[in-house]
Amino acid sequence: MITIVDYGLGNIGAFANMYKRLNLPTTVARREADLDGATHIVLPGVGAFDHAMELLNASGLRDPLDRIVADRRAFVLGVCVGMQILGDSSEEGTGRGLGWIGGRVRAFAGHPAAGRLPLPHMGWNDVVPARQTRLFKGMENYARFYFLHSYFFDCEQREHVLADADYGFPFPCAIGCRNVFGVQFHPEKSHHWGASLLRNFAET
Amino acid sequence: MLRPRLIPCLLLHQGGLVKTVGFKDPKYVGDPINAVKIFNEKEADELVVLDIDATVNGVEPNYKLIADLAAECRMPLCYGGGVRSVEQAKRISGLGVEKVAISAAALADPALVTRTAAAIGRQSVVVVLDVRKTSGFFGRGYQTFTHNGTRPGPQQDPIALAAAMEAAGAGEILLNSIDRDGHMKGYDLQLAREVRKILRIPMTVLGGAGTHDDLKDLFQACGVVGAAAGSLFVFKGQYRAVLISYPSAQQKDEIGSAASSLVTTFG
Repeated sequence: MITIVDYGLGNIGAFANMYKRLNLPTTVARREADLDGATHIVLPGVGAFDHAMELLNASGLRDPLDRIVADRRAFVLGVCVGMQILGDSSEEGTGRGLGWIGGRVRAFAGHPAAGRLPLPHMGWNDVVPARQTRLFKGMENYARFYFLHSYFFDCEQREHVLADADYGFPFPCAIGCRNVFGVQFHPEKSHHWGASLLRNFAET
Repeated sequence: MLRPRLIPCLLLHQGGLVKTVGFKDPKYVGDPINAVKIFNEKEADELVVLDIDATVNGVEPNYKLIADLAAECRMPLCYGGGVRSVEQAKRISGLGVEKVAISAAALADPALVTRTAAAIGRQSVVVVLDVRKTSGFFGRGYQTFTHNGTRPGPQQDPIALAAAMEAAGAGEILLNSIDRDGHMKGYDLQLAREVRKILRIPMTVLGGAGTHDDLKDLFQACGVVGAAAGSLFVFKGQYRAVLISYPSAQQKDEIGSAASSLVTTFG
């Protein structure tokens, strides 16, 4: 069962709607028991890194999610800030991330190649797969997604980068390590490209 | 490469969608949910929905309608109209709306922008500046208005006002030309260029687009910005028959190619 984590952040309804259109049933997890039948877990998130981690830690879902990831009992897809908290830390805050994929979240504002670009990075940008991955099946030649963010995931290991986007410089916009995936853009608001990605994730 | 955004702007009035001219004479153009469904199918970049009654009538936003719109909308959605508190903005954001637009309340109290940005994230706070070109002898000849263009806003140059809103925590400025609204004769490029120059945050321009060339002119003048339009996407032909349209993917790429540069000259 596709399970959308509701820890108080992100557009739960938009994911549910997208999957409904794809005829794929979903459920929403607000407590540990809701994660029981989960095979594919969507971890949304918007706003600030520390705020997201505080809410997730307070939700009672953090420990069960840690166990599910460690046991590889389900696939996880973090979206936007839900992707950023997969990392170890962020320049946006002082708290620790989930540490499921090695990396630090960095500010565009501090990057020399993005120094004169409008921020946040907002709008539709091209997404270029960096390697063969199920997530971008059918989108190998072209894909475009909606972005809205001021920080990016700086992966510790290049092999964990599944796709890049360019905003002054190429930055990782999709990452993956074992059963954990993350995308910086919003597939739930990215029309047919988003639908394809969410379907691909469900079929992983 | 980041693309400029082409954004249909829908006006809510007495439960239906309308299109105005110079902020007056609302003409009924259809049902809001139905319009969202059409723009879903046409894969619009974003959608802006403004309730033009809420602030004027001093009423709460129509949360039921906003929830229905957000549930239907498969592209990023910006809602504006009647928002004057952090609680309202949080509630709207919680309904699944990506961006909350504030105008009169933000201009009256810039600290509201700061508090709203802290609550729902800066990227989700849009400040709308409704600007009218004046023939007066003062300043740059622009005056900001609120309450559907009926009340003068702060006696401050709109360009300085845009900068002040950015400093207060706005994530985007929606620059709307009152006198060009509905006339379909092109954007106020001079004003758009001047505001773009001083902003670090993204900007969307509304008011005046009548053809795809008008969109291209804006991108040529301002680079990668949002081009919002009402009439252009809801009317067809010289008799303004109601027919929702939106550029095809190919047309969109062609229009967007006019944006030669990402980099603006701010700072």
